[in-house]
Amino acid sequence: MNKKTLTENIFKLSGLFTVFLSLFILLFLFYFSLPLFKPDNFFSLLSFKWQPEENFYGILPMMLASIYISILATLISFGLSFGIAGLLIRNDLPKIKKILEIIIKFMTSIPTVIYGFIAIFLLVPLIRKIFVQGSGFCLFTAAIVLSVLILPTMVLLMGDTFRQVPKKYREAAVSLGFNKFQEFLYVVVPLSSYGIFNAFILGLGRASGDTLIALMLAGNAPQNPAHFFDAVRTLTAHIALVLASDTQSVAFKSIFASGLILFLFMFVISAMSYFLIEKRKIRQ
Amino acid sequence: MKKIIGILACIVFFSGGNLKAGEIDVFKGKKGTINIAGGTAHIPVMKYVAQEIMRVNPDIKITIAGGGSGVGIQKVGEGLVDIGNSGRKPKETEIEKYGLKMFPWALDGVCVVLNKENKVKQLTSSQIQDIYAGKITSWKDVAGNDDGINIYTRDEASGTRDVFWKKQLNQGTIAQKANVVSSNGAMKVAVQNDPNAIGYISIGHIDDQVKVPEIDGVQPSQETAVSGEYKVVRKLYSNTKGEPSGMVKDFLNYLMSEEGSKIIEKYKFIPLKSK
Repeated sequence: MNKKTLTENIFKLSGLFTVFLSLFILLFLFYFSLPLFKPDNFFSLLSFKWQPEENFYGILPMMLASIYISILATLISFGLSFGIAGLLIRNDLPKIKKILEIIIKFMTSIPTVIYGFIAIFLLVPLIRKIFVQGSGFCLFTAAIVLSVLILPTMVLLMGDTFRQVPKKYREAAVSLGFNKFQEFLYVVVPLSSYGIFNAFILGLGRASGDTLIALMLAGNAPQNPAHFFDAVRTLTAHIALVLASDTQSVAFKSIFASGLILFLFMFVISAMSYFLIEKRKIRQ
Repeated sequence: MKKIIGILACIVFFSGGNLKAGEIDVFKGKKGTINIAGGTAHIPVMKYVAQEIMRVNPDIKITIAGGGSGVGIQKVGEGLVDIGNSGRKPKETEIEKYGLKMFPWALDGVCVVLNKENKVKQLTSSQIQDIYAGKITSWKDVAGNDDGINIYTRDEASGTRDVFWKKQLNQGTIAQKANVVSSNGAMKVAVQNDPNAIGYISIGHIDDQVKVPEIDGVQPSQETAVSGEYKVVRKLYSNTKGEPSGMVKDFLNYLMSEEGSKIIEKYKFIPLKSK
């Protein structure tokens, strides 16, 4: 066997291994949540009431909280990253560009727990004072910090697609008398629409999968969120909180259902981004 | 050779100050690891005991992790740690499934804590129940400021939550809007930073960072818990899978010895063995 086929096989094997691993995780989650799909249990899970002491085990509030937090965080971060990525492709501001690049790359290496920890002491009291609603541990706080967390991912992804726009198009635009802003808006953005969408989807995936920030900042109250300043519990935080309880209880079993829902949610998100990339390839 | 003797002399000299001839001497000359996890109320005592032992004998490594009572029972049951702490008695099903051996070593109270800025000085049990059920939503209804009440509770795996719910809330409802924190320490931080907070922690964790109101006319403290005036108490357990042996046994023996009791008292718990 020559070197090339050997490497190829190693890659193939690790690829297959990953596929099987994910499949096994899915099967495992499904198997353990099976008892929950009996009608009784199923409907108790699909309710808005989580009060384990009184035998209410609804996880719908957690599902909604996960969706709200991740979408809000992605929206906030999307606006910021769009602007930053746009700034990063400009060649006439080398200093700002350099500093921004260093900061963004540095941000990818900050552990989430640091964000959470700092936010408890700085952001939470601030939110409590400004909005005078509840404790400051809420959906909004968690979403803001999450948006900072996913910012570098989105900036780097968007920046990459912006840079891939062929130089001749941009030069043509400049020669037609477009200013920097017009060039960006009418040439670069339309040509990278899929990349932008892809960044959005991946940001969403990362935001919905994060546990620690929601656990530390969202307040973890298992209630149906009525507004931004309500304390909420995400599915990920729910798993972390209940994991430690008595393994024989229904509460414990509910985390398998939470895991399954999260897994499927992430699967749909990844599938969406995959098909978008495929589509983009075809267009080119 | 001289060097080695010098180093040895140094070790003896520097550790000598802390060496008391006593129960801790069983650990001399032994070697190994003890892994401990579980109840967060236990941690201060566990840490101190571990430090003492490791000072007498640096060859012994003791690791202490939190996680809550549920984690303690589960981890020791599955053989992942040597000692699993819990702030509640393990359930019959858990004792049976894992073959647990329980060692209650201290009595601990659980009491309501408020932020230092809170004007409220006393609460009744029924007021606390109504607050936790979400029926009383403003501090002005219990002689405080005209501000909303922010309820904090513990996670489902918490032994502290278990005893508070049973004995203080009388198995009443805990409102869904209550914020959930995952350790005694996190509860203290949350209450300390939120002027409108109400939470509950183990008496051993109380310091001047938080305020403890009188409850039904009784000031919750170690003394009132011993005398029986303050009723929201529980035992702190250390659990092992089967009979403990070797160093784990020594550890538990030390915890329940005369010296251990002093450490337990130092952290505002009430040792069970001295009675």
